[in-house]
Amino acid sequence: MVIYGVGLLAGCMLVGLVTGDILGTLLGIDANLGGVGIAMLLLILVTGILKQRGHMPESTEQGINFWNAMYIPIVVAMAASQNVAAAFSGGLVALLAGALAMALGLLLVPVLTGHRREPLPPSDADAPSTAIGRTH
Amino acid sequence: MNDSIMTVFDKYHLIAAFAVIGLTMFIAHWASKRLTRGRLHGSAIAILVGLALAWLGGVSTGGKHGLADVSLFSGLGLMGGGMLRDLAIIATAYGVRFQEIRQAGIRGVIALFAGVLVSFIAGAVVAVSFGYTSAVDITTIAAGAVTYIVGPVTGATLGASSEVIALSIAAGLVKSILTMVFTPLTAKWIGLDNPRSAMIFGGLIGTTSGVAAGLAATDARLVPYGAMTATFYTGLGILLAPTVLFLAVRALA
Repeated sequence: MVIYGVGLLAGCMLVGLVTGDILGTLLGIDANLGGVGIAMLLLILVTGILKQRGHMPESTEQGINFWNAMYIPIVVAMAASQNVAAAFSGGLVALLAGALAMALGLLLVPVLTGHRREPLPPSDADAPSTAIGRTH
Repeated sequence: MNDSIMTVFDKYHLIAAFAVIGLTMFIAHWASKRLTRGRLHGSAIAILVGLALAWLGGVSTGGKHGLADVSLFSGLGLMGGGMLRDLAIIATAYGVRFQEIRQAGIRGVIALFAGVLVSFIAGAVVAVSFGYTSAVDITTIAAGAVTYIVGPVTGATLGASSEVIALSIAAGLVKSILTMVFTPLTAKWIGLDNPRSAMIFGGLIGTTSGVAAGLAATDARLVPYGAMTATFYTGLGILLAPTVLFLAVRALA
């Protein structure tokens, strides 16, 4: 059933967020430390095990793939609800600080990546791209 | 009739948001194919349109949530808010091979520390060159250049003035929005085409919304890798900025 996939996704998210919250509390910071990342790892591990044992029928996958395919539209809605006006009325200090931080971050990507580069996995083994491709 | 439209859009705001975003995506993909012959990705155009609409919404309402402050489009706030965004980000991890993440793992962690440090230094240098001398002000503005959440949290911890905190939020917003715009434009030059560089990108830039939208506009297959590291960035920033980094600024200032 599709809801099994959605429920599994939601369960991983909640467990990840609670773990991230506990991690944050342990370190004494008022923030969720990597809850979303932990949830992602959990989803990869749990679905991996379920697939191996043959417990991931296509209908369950559909429940996860729907939200996967909704990712870009959700990001567009996120872009449309950003406080763009405030960002560009914060004055030159804010503009330069933000721009410099972004530029240095982008410039460091090739430095830290090094020379060896693995290509992207082929798209047939790659659920996200095929799922997103279907919707377009 | 106008009244009916307003009532329905207002009452069924999330559904209205689905329709509005669906239409935006359709127009963006049409424009990508017809006007740029596919050179500019449809998703990139859609995100740029979203940002432009957010600017219009913010200017016309004076609110904080872009187009979502216009009551007709209030559902955009729920659709693009943290809850559904995080659910969708986690869903992108489905189908990712754990091995890829493990291989880039250490570089990802290095990228996280380097990213927080470099952004902080960039912000601090700009703050100092604009004449800020107090360690609290410099640290708060620098923390804003890390992300727009690290800035205000640090400022509140250190007791910064509300003007400086507002400035730090603006710096973080600028970083996030410029990342959305410039990532697809620079992706080729910085080698952003494989899982490893995506994880490093996520760690270096860190601002979740910027990374999420920047990678979506570049290649959706890269999203899970970049999002994975970026999700630790704000927490690390909040851990380091008001403590170690503040002490370093105070020692130097």
